[in-house]
This record gives sequence, structure tokens and C-alpha cells, in this order.
Amino acid sequence: MTQGFLSKNPSVLIFLSALALFTLVITFLSNAYGAELISTSMVKTLGKTLCLCLIAIAMDLVWGYMGILSLGHFAFFGLGGYMVGMWLMYARTRDIVLQSNAGLPLTPQELSDAIASQIFGVVGTSELPAIWAFAGSLPAQLALVLLVPGLLALVFGWLAFRSRVTGVYLSILTQAMTLALALYLFQNDSGLRGNNGLSGLQNIPGLAWAGQDRLSVWFLWASALALGLCYLAAAFTVSGKFGSVMRAIRDDEARVRFLGYPVEGYKLFVFTLTALIAAIAGALYYPQAGIINPAEIAPIASIYLAVWVAIGGRGRLWGAVFGAAFVSLVSTWFTGGRAPDLNLGFYTVKWVDWWQVLLGLSFVMVTLFAPKGLSGLVDLLDGLRPPQRRGAPLGPNEGALQEREAQE
Amino acid sequence: MRRLFLALAASLALAIPAPAQEAPDLSPAVAEAPISGLAAVIAENAKAIAKPSRKTIGPVIGAISAAGPGAPAFLEAWADKRLGQRKSDKAIFLVDRQGDNYRLVDPITGADAGEAPRKQISEIKPNAGVRGLIAAALIKFQLSDPDISKRQDALVALARDGGPQHIAPLAASIAAEPDAEIKAQKERMLALLTIRFGENATDRVAAIESFGADLGLDFRASLNPLVATTRRAFDGAPTGNVATELRPGKDGFTAEEAYDLLVAENRAPARLDRADLRAALEAHIEKGAVAGIPLAELDVPARRDEAYDALEAAGLVPAAATDAEVAQTVAAHRYAEIYAEPDAAVTTAAAAALKSVSLKVNAMQGADLALDALSLASIYFLAAIGLAVTFGVMRVINMAHGEFITMGAYTGYVVQLYIADYTLSILVALPLAFAVTFAAGVAMERLVIRHLVRRPLETLLATFGISIALQQLFKNIFGTQARPLTAPEWLDGAWVLNDVVSISYIRIAIFVLALVFLGLFLFVMSRTRLGLEVRAVTQNPSMAASMGINPDKINMLTFGLGSGIAGIAGVAIGLFAKVTSELGADYIVQSFMTVVVGGVGNIWGTLAGASLVGGLQKGIEALNPSNTLAAQTYMILFIIIFIQFRPRGIIALKGRAAGD
Repeated sequence: MTQGFLSKNPSVLIFLSALALFTLVITFLSNAYGAELISTSMVKTLGKTLCLCLIAIAMDLVWGYMGILSLGHFAFFGLGGYMVGMWLMYARTRDIVLQSNAGLPLTPQELSDAIASQIFGVVGTSELPAIWAFAGSLPAQLALVLLVPGLLALVFGWLAFRSRVTGVYLSILTQAMTLALALYLFQNDSGLRGNNGLSGLQNIPGLAWAGQDRLSVWFLWASALALGLCYLAAAFTVSGKFGSVMRAIRDDEARVRFLGYPVEGYKLFVFTLTALIAAIAGALYYPQAGIINPAEIAPIASIYLAVWVAIGGRGRLWGAVFGAAFVSLVSTWFTGGRAPDLNLGFYTVKWVDWWQVLLGLSFVMVTLFAPKGLSGLVDLLDGLRPPQRRGAPLGPNEGALQEREAQE
Repeated sequence: MRRLFLALAASLALAIPAPAQEAPDLSPAVAEAPISGLAAVIAENAKAIAKPSRKTIGPVIGAISAAGPGAPAFLEAWADKRLGQRKSDKAIFLVDRQGDNYRLVDPITGADAGEAPRKQISEIKPNAGVRGLIAAALIKFQLSDPDISKRQDALVALARDGGPQHIAPLAASIAAEPDAEIKAQKERMLALLTIRFGENATDRVAAIESFGADLGLDFRASLNPLVATTRRAFDGAPTGNVATELRPGKDGFTAEEAYDLLVAENRAPARLDRADLRAALEAHIEKGAVAGIPLAELDVPARRDEAYDALEAAGLVPAAATDAEVAQTVAAHRYAEIYAEPDAAVTTAAAAALKSVSLKVNAMQGADLALDALSLASIYFLAAIGLAVTFGVMRVINMAHGEFITMGAYTGYVVQLYIADYTLSILVALPLAFAVTFAAGVAMERLVIRHLVRRPLETLLATFGISIALQQLFKNIFGTQARPLTAPEWLDGAWVLNDVVSISYIRIAIFVLALVFLGLFLFVMSRTRLGLEVRAVTQNPSMAASMGINPDKINMLTFGLGSGIAGIAGVAIGLFAKVTSELGADYIVQSFMTVVVGGVGNIWGTLAGASLVGGLQKGIEALNPSNTLAAQTYMILFIIIFIQFRPRGIIALKGRAAGD
């Protein structure tokens, strides 16, 4: 250990300082703490984008470094959001019920009945489902943010990796998992308000005095902190020997197994770890979004996640972060109706209608011609070149890096 | 008016055995004949007829309908509000308003009775209740009406609201019924009415037993009210037609339910529930305390009870039953389920008949379920077969497959814009959809997929990019609302086997289409040069290439073929589903499941996968019919588990062909 971790990986330091600088700049331009140049909704959008960058790191770990094209990580993201949303909704409803109560003070049973009928009136029941047993306690619910998605990932990963499901089969299977979860949550009797989802999550119980201006900046800080820490952890994981094994599994799983490494254990560990990162991202995202419903975890969301990482450039952490930030912000801009229409003379291109077409086609182009994605531009500036392997990818696995994607 | 004349003429012709050519001479005779009969009844009851009331008009209607010829026509006119009363002499006429005057016609003879000014006539307008009574009386005449459609109408009316008074006329009309089908319907109706309203138990039991295990909904509808029960409480032994005696605390009959029953029957005072307790306490808050107990302490049930007891002792609130009193009251009574029908023989026969019917109904529902599952499986098969072909040959998951299905459906829609005849348009749309999607598939293969050879994950993502672009493109072109793709008329309706088992013709057509494609596919694969080459490339592309087969060409053709079948599936699905840009996306995950479960590289695998997925989904839906979402959830969970045991699907390639 002659060299420290940071000096071996200068990109980590660059990323962290860029993130810190970004957070500071936004803070000083925000309504709450500075020049009032950036609206609160914009701060929220940026905070949410940081959460999306966080889940992109998870996706990059599992796909770019491990070669598992998971099309189900938004299931963990959504579950994390639901777990924190349960507390937010329960605690806020409890405050409202207590405030509006006149006459006798409520017994515990009356209180819980009143909360239940407030929350579940929309789906026609007034009983608190068993899964809400811990909703009254913040620490318990925060623990569930990690426990529920972690357990799901552990069980699913164990079943899938144990039976050696790989490649596109695994992708389809993860997609089936997230679809099953979404369909389950869409039912009214799933105990999570069916397709109404949980709402009003932007109001943090006990912090009403702070106002949305300040809350949005605080959540930006929290998201940036989580992103920074997870980036550091992820960079640490992939830089050492563990990271070498991950890359080896991606490129040639059979050979790693012959060398005596427990491939399934590695896969399961990384799959579960990334599920936890996704859950944290979700838990930070939905209080800023204010509402969560089962449509958020439909399979398409997870495929978009793969699109972000691919456009950013898989196999590099900062590439994934960059891709997620770039594509989601540009998407917001184009679909928000603020992009100017393009007048072609014979036809006016309205970006609200045509952005999806552009995104889809440019994604095809990236896959075909620039597998490194946007981070390929940085390589071009650096003068980095791919290795000369006469067109052969790094290994026989379906998730192996192509020659053009690899670095010397 | 014409109808009335015809009816009159017909009834007169029946009544009077006179040669038809002498009709003009008949009128004096006709005028004389009914004076003693109908005319007398009408004259006698003129006041009641003019101002009928539902409660008192029954005997009058009875008298009229018994008064002989002319009665049905008169009753019909009455119910149709075509009668009027002359104010001067209270005589009743058929009235027809013409300008300021009424044209008067004698209601019995049909003879013209001149005109009268508006003021001298008051129209007779019976209310809905009275009209219902008249209609019931009319059924008797309609049952033997010479017009067959009237007899059918009468039977429909009987099925809707038949009553005990209809049994005799219905039975009387059966013998003279000329039409065999209507005769059978009448006999069935008579038996049904006898079950419900028959006078003695023997007849009713016989009627019940005459049906055997008939599946008809009308039979079950007649039986169900007979076996309906109500819960009752008794001081001593239960009386009446007892179905089962209930004991509190056993067989799902709780002590609380028993007490609620007593409260409902006014045999016991209502229990004080939590909300009432709260309201009572709140009504007696004094200086921040109730009965001396501070408000802040009243968030515990025990303290609330104390407060209530204190108020009760002070006489401020009514006494509430204690738990011991409740238990005592419950124990002091007996409870039973009592049949609404008093006759035990009838209820026993009805329960036995229902039991045997329900066994048969269950079997039939099983058959219906199997048909549903078969139809769903053939839809999945059609949707998945193209996917399986491309996946089997090229190991490529085509995420845009759903959009090819949509493309086929929209092709059908566009064809119907130009060809108005639905049959012809479907015949044109099927090959055209194949051609369009075939071309799209070939273009996609040449432009994108060929460049990602042996990179299945990248292909999956690239085809997803095409999928979202296409989906938005469809939205831009066709809008977000559903477009109609109308099936030809001969596909409307359903093939009804009995009241339980039925299947719509469209679903049969889709099943046939799936069979045709299965046959066609088997033929192409095992009997043609193309099939041989496809199989060779599936098993070992490089060996096939060294044998002179051009794998690129084969890949392109199979991809086109797979996409083309998707287009045809799109037309088929569009016939019963809404054609929107998300049509294909709704089926895509199930298609993936079908391919993954079935295994690749073999059409039988796809068939097995489709049957399994379709059967499972319908099977689980049948267990929990209110919740199709849960069915899909459990089905997907089952498939995830299933993959554990057969990771390569039901029918997996073995040996070298598997490529492992």
C-alpha cells in the first residue's frame, strides 16, 4: 500500500469536489439561503436528479461492472420510496387527526382507526393493514427502507443465480419481478392504496415550520451526501481485488468459476448491495417528488435506467452519473414544453411529441456507433484508446465489454 | 286503431259462426250480442273504469276479462290510454283527438259514434300500477293469441313477473298451442310457475323433480327464493320451516351476532358501542372533566368506562348492558335459520335439486374455464410465436415486438378506412399487416440487429430504443385515443352451449388462426428448404455457414417472418381489444414469459409455454375472480419459481444444439 486509494483514483476526488461545488452553488442561488435565482421546484428537480444519479451508480455496478443487465432495479427504488412514504403519510395524518380532534382525547384504538380511515378511505376500507404496523415509528420504517428491498433482492438473486440463469433470460426474469410487484401494488387490497399510491410526501411531519424552500435545499444536501458516500463506496469496491473479480465475472464467468471463485456469492452480494443503494435513492427521491404510485416501478422505468447508463457510458461510475443527470434533465426540459418548437417549413416539430422518438433513435445510435456513450468524448480528449483485440470482446459472456468499450 | 279493429274482427269472427262474405250484414247482430256481456259490465263499472285505483280495480278487471269477446281489445285500449268518458251520460268510448274535437268509437262494436267537442270528453288515464294489473289480465288472452310474436311476448312477460293467477290460463293454453317450440316453452314456464306459486306441495315437488339437473338460469332463479333463509331468535324451540338450528359460538355464528340478532328483533336493548360511549361522555363535559375524571385521562378505555359508570350512577345516562347481562340474554334464547317457504317438502326438494344442479354447474364452469384458457393461450401463442422464432434462431430478444403487433393492428384500422366491407377489409388486412411488419422487421434487422451480432444485451436495449420511438410515432400519427378495428358481422355474438358455457366467435376465430399458424409453421420448418436452413442456423450458425448456407440471409428472413406473424397477431388482437399505441406493450411481457417458459428453438415449446401461461392465468383468476391483477402477480411469481427447476424452459434444446 504505497499509494492511497484516492491518489490511485483521481477521478473520485474530482467527482466529489465537483459534487460539493455544485451543491454549494445551488445552495447560494436558492430561495432559502441565497440569491433567489433558482426556484424551489428547480431545486427539487436537481435534488431528484441526484437521486437518479445514485440509482445509476447501482445500475452501473451491477451491469457495467458485473455484466448483469437487471431490468428491475426500479422495484427496489420504489420499495424504498414506499417504506419512507408510509411513515410520512402515517405521521402527517396522525398530526392532522390529533389537531382536528375536539372533545375527549382519543384512545389509541380510536386514533389508529381515524388514521386508517383517513388514509384508506380512497380504496374503500378503514382498517390499517398489517404491513403498516411499524408506520408510526421513523427508525423502524427507515430500517425497513433497507430491509425490505434488501431481502427481496437476496431471495430473488439467490433463486436466480443458484439456477445459473444468465444473459437475456435473467433480464427478462428481473423485468418479470418488477412487473409482478407493480401489478401487486396496483391492487386496492395490497395495503398500499392501489393505484392512488401514497401522496403528500413532501410535507415532512414536525418540519412544517421550515417551509418547502428550506426543505428542498436540505433534501438536496442529503441527496448529494448520499450520492457522494455511495460513489466513494462504489469506487472503493470496484478498485480493489473485489472489483477485478467483478469485471472478470462480467467478461468470462466460466473461467472465474474454474479458478475457484464463488461466482454466485459475488453476484448475490453485488445484486443485493445495488438493491440497497437503489432503495436509499428511492427513499430520498419520493419525499422530493411528493407522490409515489405503482406506475413508478413499471418495467419501463428500469429499462430507462439502462438507457441512462448506456448513454453515459457503462463500466465507469462517473459515466453512469453523467448519463443519468444528462438524459433525465434533458428529458425534463423537452417534455416540460419549454423547448422551442422546431419549424421545418412543411412541419413544425413539437418537442413534447417528438422527444421520445429522438431519445429512442439516439439511443439506438449510441448503442451502434458509440458504445462508450458520452464518456467516450472524455476519452477522446484524454487520448485514451481501446485495446487492439481485432474486434473481439473482452470475453465470451453476453455482458462482456466490447473492444470499443474497453480501456487500455 | 287498426290493430284494435283487427283484434275485434278476429274475436268476432271466432265468436260468431257466420260466413265471411256476409260481414256487412253482421253489425246489427254484433251490436245485440254483447249487450248482456261486456257492455253491461262496462256500463256497470263506468265510474271505476274512469277513475281507476290500484287497490280497488282488481275485481273490475276480473269482471271485464271474464265478460267474453271484445274484452282483450277493451283492456288494451284502456291500458294504452285510448279511452274517454262522455261527461253528459258517463258513457265510455274509444276516443281519437282530431283538432278541437274527439272522434268517438264504440269500444265494443267498433261502430262510429260521431264526434264530440273537447270539453264534453274526459280522457281516462290509468296510472302505472293499474296498467300493470291490466297487463297481467291481458297475458291470459295473449297466450292464445293467433299472432305468434304476441304469444312469445306474453311468455317473456310471464318470465319477468308471472304470478299465481297465471297458472290456470297458461295450463289451459298449452293444449291448443300449434307451435311445438312455444308449446315446450309454455310447459317449461308452467312448471316454473308451479314451483313458485303452485297450490299444493305434491305439484310443486313434482315440478321441481321434472327439471332434473337442468342448467337453466330461470330454473335456478325459481329455486333460490325457496331455499332463502332468515336468521330468527326464539324464546323456546324454533318454529316454522327450520333449515338449521344455530348455537352461539359454533359454526361461524358468534355470540355477538346472536346478540345483534336479538337487538334487531327488539328482544334486547342495544349495546353501548365505543362511538356512543364517546358521544355520551362528550355531552357531559363539565369544567374539563367528566364525572370528576379529567379529560386528559380519558384516552384509556378503562377510565372511560369508569366515567360512564359514574354518570350512570348519577342517572345522567341510560343504563348500558353489561357483558354478563349480554351473555345471559344470549343464552336465554334459541336461534335458527328459517326458510321463507313454509312447506318442508318443497324446500327439501328444492335444496336437493339445487345441489345436483350446482354439481353440474361446477362441471360446466370448469369446461367454460378451459375454453377461456384455451382462447387466452392461443392469443399468447400468436403474440409469442414471432418472438420465439427470432429468439430461437438469433438469440435476440426483440423488445420492439409489441410495437410490431401494434403496427399490424393499425394496418387493419387503416385498411378499414378505405374498404368499407368488414369481411373484405379483414381479408385484405391480414396479408397486408404481414407485409408491412415483414418489411419493418427486415429493415430493423439490416439496419440495427446485424451490427450487434452476438451482443444480445445490447440488441435488447437497441430494440427497446426502437420500441419507444415507434410507440411515440404511433401516438403522433394516430393520436392517443383508441381506434376502432371492427370485426365482420359473422364474427359478432357467441357460441352458446348452455346458460354456463359460451364463447365468442372472435375467440374461436383466433383459436383457428393460431392452429393455422401452427400448421403453417410446422410445414415451413420441416418440409421446405428455408425451414431446413433455419434449423441448421439455429443449431450451429458457423457449421451451417460452412455448408453453404448464408446465415445473414436466414437471419434476415426469420426476423422478417417473426415480425410478420406479429403483425397478423396484431390484427387478431385488435378485433377484440382497443387499438391504441400501447396495444402491443400490454402483451409483450406475457409473450416473453411464454418464450422463457416454453424454451427456445422449438414451436412445441412455445405452444406448451402459451398453454401454461394462459391456463395458469385463467386458473388463478377462477380461484379469485374479483382480482385479475393478483392473478397476473401470482402467475409471474410461479414462473420465476418454475425457471428454478427448468432454467431453459419446458422443451429445451439438448446436446450440441443447446450451445452450452
